[in-house]
Amino acid sequence: MKRRTFLGGAMAVAVVGHGSSALAQQPPIKIGMSMPQTGGLAGGGKASLLGIEIWRDDVNAKGGLLGRKVELVVYDDKSSASETPAIYAKLVDVDKVDLLFAPYATVPTAPIMPFVKQRGLLLMGNFSFQVNSKVGHDMWFNNAPWGPADSWAASFLDLAQKAGGKNMALLTADQEFAQNLALTARDVAKKRNIPIVFDQVYPPNTVEFSSIIRALKAAKPDIVYVASYPPDSAGILRAVNEIGIGDSVKIFGGGMVGLQFAAVMSNLGSLLNGVVNYNTWLPEKSMYFDGTKEFFDKYTKRAVEAKVDPLGYYLAPFGYAMGQMIEAAVGATKSLDQKGIAKYLRENEHKTIVGPIAFSADGERKETATLQAQFRGVKDKDIEQFRSSGKQVILFPDKLKTGELIAPFEAARN
Amino acid sequence: MDLLLGAVVLGVLLGCFYAAVSVGLSVSFGLLDVPHVAHPAFLVLASYGVYQLNESYDIDPLLAGLAITPLFFLFGLLAYRIYYETFERRGSDAAVRGIAFFFGIAFIIEVLIILQFGVDQRSVSATYIGKSWRFGEFRIPIRQLVAFAVALALTVLLAVYLSKTFMGRAIRAVAQDEEALRLMGANPVRIKQFAFGIATAVLGIAGALLIIVAPVEPTLDRAYIGRTFCVVVMAGLGSISGTLIAAIILGVAESIVLTLFGASWAPAISFAMLLGVLAVRPQGLLGR
Repeated sequence: MKRRTFLGGAMAVAVVGHGSSALAQQPPIKIGMSMPQTGGLAGGGKASLLGIEIWRDDVNAKGGLLGRKVELVVYDDKSSASETPAIYAKLVDVDKVDLLFAPYATVPTAPIMPFVKQRGLLLMGNFSFQVNSKVGHDMWFNNAPWGPADSWAASFLDLAQKAGGKNMALLTADQEFAQNLALTARDVAKKRNIPIVFDQVYPPNTVEFSSIIRALKAAKPDIVYVASYPPDSAGILRAVNEIGIGDSVKIFGGGMVGLQFAAVMSNLGSLLNGVVNYNTWLPEKSMYFDGTKEFFDKYTKRAVEAKVDPLGYYLAPFGYAMGQMIEAAVGATKSLDQKGIAKYLRENEHKTIVGPIAFSADGERKETATLQAQFRGVKDKDIEQFRSSGKQVILFPDKLKTGELIAPFEAARN
Repeated sequence: MDLLLGAVVLGVLLGCFYAAVSVGLSVSFGLLDVPHVAHPAFLVLASYGVYQLNESYDIDPLLAGLAITPLFFLFGLLAYRIYYETFERRGSDAAVRGIAFFFGIAFIIEVLIILQFGVDQRSVSATYIGKSWRFGEFRIPIRQLVAFAVALALTVLLAVYLSKTFMGRAIRAVAQDEEALRLMGANPVRIKQFAFGIATAVLGIAGALLIIVAPVEPTLDRAYIGRTFCVVVMAGLGSISGTLIAAIILGVAESIVLTLFGASWAPAISFAMLLGVLAVRPQGLLGR
């Protein structure tokens, strides 16, 4: 019965078809994963997978790993947490994969953490937020730039306080990821004695945000921290534009998921101006490392064919970087021993196309590299504008910074 | 007080929009007893049709909605014919099996949209989207005013059609007593097929309003299944004016809760009100 469930749920198995004859003589190294290719997380999942596929093709073109070609075994988890435990059990017990990559996002990843810990398996995380904090698996390594749990909210509140913000409004989606962000934001605000004058959790499927924004405006906050999901982020920004948010607001944004994706950015156009939001990679001069430009040249060509996010800044280069870290670790340890690979990953700094990555004991980044960037001078209906620098000015972290915050929010919108 | 007044005004606008997306279901489910759970999927499909016309030819979303209405009428005729031939004609448990049929159609539509348009959300552009109408400190989004006016007109037109025209009265008759209609020499299946076509055609305009009010994505239909069925049942099955009243009550209640009591409570409101109304009037607000 269980087998049927996961066989029914499986949609695609991607297999590399080319390689040299020497490569073809040895069995491939199989890397298994599920990836959301339908459902709410599919936009991100497909872009992430394309990044991993580009790495696979690059590494195979260079001769593979340990002289064996790399093969990806990928199943669609439909963005659902209920699908992933069975898929990962199949990957390990039936497909006998050599290594595991996690699916994109927190929700599908969380339920496989006990499984990999119990089996002592290495799991390369893919943009989950705090899924290992309670599990404590020592073979988990997250490719996301989040860093320490509270650094996200802390960096936003640093900017807000510098701009004169003294009290805060919190508007968050009733979802795992957004609630984790809200929790840390409340903690940081408490430590800094920043009163929270508005704190609302809105449910998924909220159609219209005008009423919520009116209530938020009435609280006259200085800082507005929003942790929202893609369909809601667009609704919230529209309502802010129409209803207004008030002159008191110094800074608006923080944790809005969706504003990293080309289709959403293009749809919202000038409504984005002034918003300060998190991001992971942007086409600013401080963000280019060895191989970054070459990666995006390949991604841009293949994204059209694959019908995925044409920009691919948010996830795709980190999918590639995940492969690069495995490539370095397998190359250095000259084996597929998962404990050895984990030890190497934990003890070394890794050069990737998204910059150097070093892990702390919990498998998250030692230092946060999550960007806070302000949208500036964005025009309507033009995806191409986001390829040039200056449209999202990096305000944090300091070593990647490309400009200063424009405040108050209303002043930054023009 | 200002907040309460604002919540009521925005609630009425939201309610009229809910009426527009539910009124087709009031005909197909309320009058024809067809368990049309694919209604919101048809609605989202219409939104994508509007998106395509707006994106490719820069046609105003409302005109685009009007343009796809005849196509949706034909689509409705075809969908009902398949449902009738495969389920309704074959027995008394048609409704139960029909639910599976329409769920299947909804999933097929969802997958087709994903294959054609991808999984990203889509929106349209028009001069009235993103702007607001100012009343001193108070602002009303113009897209909501447009949705309100069009929704009101659509609901009133449909109510007039069903009560004043020959075909409209025939549709009401088939809902009341199919056998009597058959004895008078009319073909109830053809009338029901026509009515289902009308219910689907209305979705052309409703789909335009859906994408005017907010961006759409392939799985958005799931968000509307509960709301639309709640409106139709609360209204009293088959009552078009009841649909408008129930939708406005729901919109105002949701808006007040969102503004004054916290967003977390909003989803519970639809069903709490439905239970409340059914406890007092089991036949719904204007049901007979």
